Amino acid sequence: MDIVSLTIDQVRDGLRRREFSSVELATAALRFAREENPKTNAYLTFAEDRALEAARRVDEKLARGEDPGPLAGVPVAVKDVIVTKGLRTTCGSKLLAKYIPPYDATAVERLEAAGGIILGKTNCDEFAMGSSTENSAFGPVRNPHAPDRVPGGSSGGSAAAVAQGTAVVALGSDTGGSIRQPASFCGVVGVTPTYGRVSRYGLTAFASSLDHIGPFGRSVRDAALLLQVIAGRDPLDSTSAEAPVPDYLAHLDGDVKGLKLGLPREYLKDLTSETGGLIARAVDTLKKLGCEVRDISLPATDYAIDCYYVIATAEASSNLARYDGVRYTFRSSSSATLSDMYRNTRGEGFGAECKRRIMLGTYVLSSGYYDAYYLKAQKVRSLIARDFTNAFSEVDAIVAPVSPFPAFKIGEKIDDPLAMYLSDIYTITGDLAGVPCMSVPCGKTTEGLPVGMQILARHFDETRMFRLADAFERAGGAHG
Amino acid sequence: MKITEDEVRYVADLANLRLTEEEVRKFQADLDEILVHVDRLKEIDTSNVEPMAQVLYEAEETATLRPDRERPGLGSQAALANAPFSGSGYFKVPEVIKR
Repeated sequence: MDIVSLTIDQVRDGLRRREFSSVELATAALRFAREENPKTNAYLTFAEDRALEAARRVDEKLARGEDPGPLAGVPVAVKDVIVTKGLRTTCGSKLLAKYIPPYDATAVERLEAAGGIILGKTNCDEFAMGSSTENSAFGPVRNPHAPDRVPGGSSGGSAAAVAQGTAVVALGSDTGGSIRQPASFCGVVGVTPTYGRVSRYGLTAFASSLDHIGPFGRSVRDAALLLQVIAGRDPLDSTSAEAPVPDYLAHLDGDVKGLKLGLPREYLKDLTSETGGLIARAVDTLKKLGCEVRDISLPATDYAIDCYYVIATAEASSNLARYDGVRYTFRSSSSATLSDMYRNTRGEGFGAECKRRIMLGTYVLSSGYYDAYYLKAQKVRSLIARDFTNAFSEVDAIVAPVSPFPAFKIGEKIDDPLAMYLSDIYTITGDLAGVPCMSVPCGKTTEGLPVGMQILARHFDETRMFRLADAFERAGGAHG
Repeated sequence: MKITEDEVRYVADLANLRLTEEEVRKFQADLDEILVHVDRLKEIDTSNVEPMAQVLYEAEETATLRPDRERPGLGSQAALANAPFSGSGYFKVPEVIKR
């Protein structure tokens, strides 16, 4: 058993053939994750007791001859913005350094019910706000492929853990690219499902109309299986969709002949040359597989960054209002009045990026600016969504880069918020339109930095997206 | 200039954020740069375009409604467990109104 490259299928086969027990695997995986963690700082909290208890349950079911579930024994990492009952959930924030949630997120409940073993909680930008995981109150995460570089963000810890081999799969969250961009930077598969495909119950709210939970894996198959387990209607999230969840794995047959793909010209102009070259090579591979690639236009793309940073910060400024020193563990020590207590707690508790976004969001919602910024951005969002509707009337899926450049150096963009925001330029459109999208590795730069190709599909058409990504992967995608 | 230091202080007040003077200066510059960029939204014609508040897709009219049945809540002990100060089943906070 090689923990670093373990797949879900290997875990299932190993358990069935009694090569190892679930407890043995969990013990080994925890030991390995603890040993390796100083290299990346991917995990913030290890869940030893919970993991071993879950593993014992899997072993008991196997001993009784019962089905232990599709994720039985699989070591999973969970981003620390997703709540876990009785297990510290910090959201990467000083404010929640000691927060112990009283309930489990639906996605967590489902993955554990399917036999998954949560090893621990992963580092992220504070309240998922950032593109590099440098905004964590608990120190940055290092990219497993280059320790002086960022893993991307905000789900940098989850992406790094899967890339490093300290988890087989992981949960992340994506509001503007926070799953796909770190997946691209770390050379793993990352999926942002259709908005409403996965319940947001227990996902700490950043921008509710844009927030998604989604999976990371080292293969399309593993990521698809994790999505399969967590997807579907949840009465506890009124925005979760009724739409039935298809059997994703049954459609991974490699047949993509005749699939019509759109290559949006607006996504190709700001690329670094190496990223552009790798995307062009990936497109050639897709053509060889029999896909028909055509040039398309998504004209509102140029305004997506501006639209996103108005809507996301407006929603964030409301969602983060709850961290006021009353309910959530951290309170500034000396305040004479309630009002001072709110102000001091939030002033001392939030990091710079959260404050910046709360300020921007409060500004765009404030009297006199609402129409010019917030309402205008919501209208532009309609145009961005319309672009996708139009494109999907002529193509089955869209392929594009994930990020204009590969992983950047730690510290390179942290003092320039606008430059950091612009690194999300190709990922935010998918969140604004609510369409499913993913990053699949498509090669490495000469420096050895991974680059991801993005695939976007129609609402609830994850099936076709996975089939294409899987066919690309089988064709040697990342290795040309 | 899109935003002044005084406006930064005003917005911080609305957001219940205590900022240091250094933060006020930093955020004035950051927000100004971001707002100048965001101003590009004005270039795009949105007449006759409806605002989009939520991702929309084909679904039943009542798809998102669940049966209105009571179910157990958290209970005050669990709800108070993470409070920095609590007692007698309540959250404790500093003085709200001067007597």
